[in-house]
Amino acid sequence: MNACPVCGGGVNLPINAVLSELLDCGECSSELEVISLEPVRFAEAPLEAEDWGE
Amino acid sequence: MIRREEKLLLDAFERLGGVEVTCLDDRELYFDLGGAAPPLPYDAMLARSVSFSRGLYARYLFESRGLRCFNEAAVAGLCGDKLRMSLALLEAGVPHPDLRIAFTADSALKATNAMGYPVVMKPIVGSWGRLIARADDADAAESLLEHKAALGNFQHQIYYLQRYVDKGGRDIRSFVVGGRCIAAIARTSAHWRTNTARGATASNCPVSDELASISLQAARAVGGGMLAIDLFETKDGYLVNEVNDTMEFKNSIETTGVDIPFAMAEHVVEELQKRRAA
Repeated sequence: MNACPVCGGGVNLPINAVLSELLDCGECSSELEVISLEPVRFAEAPLEAEDWGE
Repeated sequence: MIRREEKLLLDAFERLGGVEVTCLDDRELYFDLGGAAPPLPYDAMLARSVSFSRGLYARYLFESRGLRCFNEAAVAGLCGDKLRMSLALLEAGVPHPDLRIAFTADSALKATNAMGYPVVMKPIVGSWGRLIARADDADAAESLLEHKAALGNFQHQIYYLQRYVDKGGRDIRSFVVGGRCIAAIARTSAHWRTNTARGATASNCPVSDELASISLQAARAVGGGMLAIDLFETKDGYLVNEVNDTMEFKNSIETTGVDIPFAMAEHVVEELQKRRAA
């Protein structure tokens, strides 16, 4: 279990997680980005920008 | 950033085998256009940036270094700009909703009054139904145009005005990979915007010959590749609303039973094999 940078709650890292992967905090629902795998660290995912999408 | 789609693509390339995949984060790249750059250690770039502008310009830069990009920069450039995409569809004879373009709020209001209501106003660059608005009458149009005129981005002053199409509460999204229409979903919502990003529910839509034909026609109109085609069903047949590059598909795999990421991975490898053989 690793700490959510927003609420401090526990976040599970999937076994096959990769750098820059987006995850949701199960406690506060914040969208998080994996910014380091060793050690595991998360940051809040960037906010949606006007040119994001398909 | 690696979303669910990118994870599925990584998994697909692993299942396909024989491909070494390196993830490049466009937020960390920089390009030196001046000097003699060493050759890039890649054969191709599958562009999956969530940012249209970074994804587009990265493709131009990688293509300038000889890489085959999927989709090509020219295709992304057309699909990411609704006005250019509409021109490409119309020039290719693809049925498309009635459209007006204007460059000022005053001329836009004249255009919508002449076209009749309801009218849908869209930013020329944007996705996921963001900042799309429907005006049911001239008063609503005037208010919306005032708001658009106040928005900072200059692109909001290119007024893309589409006649509202009564689509019966759903639209169709088909998936084209190379020369095949591999799957389609129907997106249903009580709201007039039927983007799944806005809560529309997806169900499988069998790919009829007619749907496959117009989807491939639309894909060819923008240069082809791996594309998601949004269509409206009308009593006169399909209208192609949009063609989407960097398509999202995570909610469409189980719905359709089609392994969309695997088809994409196969397409990339097949195209590279063709390129090598040429």
